[in-house]
Amino acid sequence: MNNSLDLLVSTFAKNGLLTAFAVVGITIWLSYFLSDRLTRGHLHGSALAIMFGLLLAYIGGVATGGKNGVVDIKLLSGIGLMGGAMLRDFAIVSTAYGATISDMRKCGLSGIVSLLVGVVLSFVIGAAVAVAFGYTDAVSITTIGAGAVTYIVGPVTGAAIGASSEVMALSIAAGLVKAVLVMVGAPFCARMIGLDNPRTAMVFGGMMGTTSGVCGALAAIDPKLVPYGAMTSTFYTGLGCLMGPSVLFLATKAAFGA
Amino acid sequence: MIIYGVALLAICTLVGLFVGDLLGVALGVKANVGGVGFAMLLLLFLTDRLKREGKLVPVSAQGIGFWSAMYIPIVVAMAAQQNVLGAVTGGPMALLAGALATVGCFVLIPAIERIGRPKAVADASVPTPNEP
Repeated sequence: MNNSLDLLVSTFAKNGLLTAFAVVGITIWLSYFLSDRLTRGHLHGSALAIMFGLLLAYIGGVATGGKNGVVDIKLLSGIGLMGGAMLRDFAIVSTAYGATISDMRKCGLSGIVSLLVGVVLSFVIGAAVAVAFGYTDAVSITTIGAGAVTYIVGPVTGAAIGASSEVMALSIAAGLVKAVLVMVGAPFCARMIGLDNPRTAMVFGGMMGTTSGVCGALAAIDPKLVPYGAMTSTFYTGLGCLMGPSVLFLATKAAFGA
Repeated sequence: MIIYGVALLAICTLVGLFVGDLLGVALGVKANVGGVGFAMLLLLFLTDRLKREGKLVPVSAQGIGFWSAMYIPIVVAMAAQQNVLGAVTGGPMALLAGALATVGCFVLIPAIERIGRPKAVADASVPTPNEP
């Protein structure tokens, strides 16, 4: 009995990436199930799944004392490959396919302004909070500021400029707070800002940026608005990934020294 | 064939990351500077062009679409390997950074929406001045 259990564990460990697909798939199925049943879709399944991921990482950290979340559990080491830098960058780049240049032009000036203001303002606010909490090194301040942009831009920026894993996790957490707040809060505040037409939806996507948050919120407000907000928010992540490790990092470095 | 889309995506990603590395060396940042962003722009321009020329058939596009659909699962896997235990000590900071950034941007939406808005709805197709 014990022998066959060992064999099972070894099969999972040997086929780490496949185990990761299975575990993540089950996690996401459970998240969408709970999102549907407990929140009637108000809290988007993908946001819930990411929260589960962070929760599992916390449990992994407590269980093993390691720094790599569930990856330190031998059985789940394949998660490290699935969520590692290579496949992460690959998948993020692929999301650009959802947008087209002609649609981008239709956004007009306010769409472009919203992207720039959204990225820079989120970054400055996030960085200011990091400074207020006592961070003094440019790498950490930039990574946390980038996390306030989105939970994608945070780790992409952090990985590019060599932030520590704790700071990366903080920046993901900040981005996650934003995604969840947008998803849950925006439907209640939609009328306040006149969010009922494609044009405002585009500006909304450009200002908030967090694709899962924007899509979740717009789906709750009016499903017809989803592609408009999704389009600008797609560019937002790209712009954030472009600006985070470059101009924003250099500006932070100039302001706070090495 | 599906592999054409996957290959195109891989080539764009590799080129983007290479450009990012080059820029990092040029700027002395010891980092990949915006590689993912460049790769996204490259993919956007290439697929747009290939689509207009009718060279990107739906089956090839599926090779890109698959990875696009895998984006959230990969983010979940990425979240599961972060040092959350270490982050928990700074919990209030993450909460505050995320919440203030959200509120700050949200209240500005109506002001940004007014920029470059055509006077009448019928003028919506008129290009803005800085477009060619």
